[in-house]
Amino acid sequence: MAVKKITKAALTEWVGELVSKERVFGVQSKGDKFDFGPLTSAQDLRLDYDVTLQPPKKYFLPPVETLLTFEVSAGYESQYSDKPFVLIGVHPYDMIAINQIDELFKQGYYDTHYMTRRSNATIITCDVVNASENVFASQMKTATVKDGFDILLTDIGDSYIAEAATEKGEALLSKAETADASKDDLDKREKIQKDNEKNLSKHQLKCEVAELPGLLENAYNHPVWEEKAATCFACGSCNQVCPTCYCFNVQDDVKWDMKTGQRCRAWDGCMLDGFAMVAGGHDFRKKRADRFRHRLYRKAKYVPEKIGGQIACVGCGRCVSACLPDIANPVNVYNRLFDDIKTK
Amino acid sequence: MCECCTQEKDIYLPQIATVQKVRLMNDTEMYVRFTMDDGGFDYTPGQFVEVSIAGIGEAPLTIASSPTQKDGIELVVRRIGNVTKAIHNLRAGDKIGIRGPLGKGTYPVEHSKGKDLIFICGGIGLVPQRSFINYVLDNRTDYGNVTVLLGTKCYPQRFFQSELQQLEARDDVHYLETVDEAHDCWNGNVGVVTTLIPKIESELASSEIFICGPPIMYKFVLMALAEDSVPRDQIYLNLERKMKCGVGLCGHCQINKYYVCIDGPVFKYSDLGVAPEAI
Repeated sequence: MAVKKITKAALTEWVGELVSKERVFGVQSKGDKFDFGPLTSAQDLRLDYDVTLQPPKKYFLPPVETLLTFEVSAGYESQYSDKPFVLIGVHPYDMIAINQIDELFKQGYYDTHYMTRRSNATIITCDVVNASENVFASQMKTATVKDGFDILLTDIGDSYIAEAATEKGEALLSKAETADASKDDLDKREKIQKDNEKNLSKHQLKCEVAELPGLLENAYNHPVWEEKAATCFACGSCNQVCPTCYCFNVQDDVKWDMKTGQRCRAWDGCMLDGFAMVAGGHDFRKKRADRFRHRLYRKAKYVPEKIGGQIACVGCGRCVSACLPDIANPVNVYNRLFDDIKTK
Repeated sequence: MCECCTQEKDIYLPQIATVQKVRLMNDTEMYVRFTMDDGGFDYTPGQFVEVSIAGIGEAPLTIASSPTQKDGIELVVRRIGNVTKAIHNLRAGDKIGIRGPLGKGTYPVEHSKGKDLIFICGGIGLVPQRSFINYVLDNRTDYGNVTVLLGTKCYPQRFFQSELQQLEARDDVHYLETVDEAHDCWNGNVGVVTTLIPKIESELASSEIFICGPPIMYKFVLMALAEDSVPRDQIYLNLERKMKCGVGLCGHCQINKYYVCIDGPVFKYSDLGVAPEAI
């Protein structure tokens, strides 16, 4: 599919058209930070953002969603959100996280609720312009993205390079005033992407990302889990902001009529107390250190085994920013293990 | 309705079943037999279902009956949380929701054919084991010697008493039972289930061994089996956890890399070397 060039003015006009006709969510400023939200004006779109407070995962796996409705003693009915929408401004690392969750929610059992939202979405990604304070996507090899999106935008100064990767993306892009991208434009884009692949590195991993599962083979009883977890609040903030966390709880809400209601899925977090508790009160991960270790093993060992070796940490750095006791940074933990285990 | 729904069914949507019979078995355990309203339900011993009570929620319960039994699917439900409490209020004719059967790690019904089998059960751990025990008894000639060890906390908590009597009376089953605490009405063994293991020591090394009981039990049973050098690939553990979604996504039942709801609930001990959280 052709790669186009679109001026910033034309992009604003195109987005303006989009928001007037479609359901659009995009990145906007929120105080001195940024977040995804419903986009009502093209002027509010901030593709120069560094990182959003919440990852765009919420559009596919909402914090709370209705899976089905029921009438007591009458039966259940599946509920779907079947409205199409456009999501603008997804950074490459977040797109890779979405790609990973896509795979997890369709391998084995096929989650129709997640996949319906996913197939209703048109995703416009954009290469990173400003690095956030804790991003380490270059270290995780997630600073750029090759697939999953419908359109990829890259800011080259006065214009954007726009590449449609799907028919849906091409149809959308055809409504914008574009020109064919020249060799010079493509070179500019390549330079930006190459730079991002190096420079989104506020934290340096001492080993290659592909070495992480092997590193964890011998780290199960390492003291780092107890040391870090000693100051953990078990607040679940790291789960809450993580683009690759997908654990959830399911519970019923009954309406005031006491006859009808809904079964809802809500985010849950493996760092929270009681997450692994069974009927009878036995908690299989009672200690915070056990939960802390479980989270980091999920990211670099358990989930990768399910998704062809990809590490389930995309280096967005949100957990680093969100963690009050400053223990969540995966790079610090993995580096500590590398120092102690690999160099021995 | 979305395009994908025409191709894929909603994995969270319960199917409707009708309760055929309920019976309180002791202070806390309720026997429930149900049939699916649409008829079909094929399962393998070891699989579980998510029982759904609209407005209360779902609870994962391992099937207590054998698929050889055709007059319904049986559960034993301990009253311990909101859903199980609601199940205890059910009466024959009531409707419930069922998702399942779930779990791909089941009892090795085929692999175990021709072999000697030992079932080590603690308390309500008898329930999942009963599915395979009854399956074996219904296909008795397919299997070798059958030994059942049962330990219950206290005498009044025993259930399936008439069935256990029948098991004891059979000459093709070696049945041993103990209770943890002595009781006026109990003349049998007193002590935890591991105290029965020395009585069958000579059978251990040549048998397939199946273990199910409260979390604390596994460690001590495995220690006793290790003393007798039973190979780990002959030992199967039924590891029940909080299988919330039942489809390998929600994360609650995860034991290291395994999701109990899809990789289990029955695991071969030799596969659990990579899962220190299992025991």
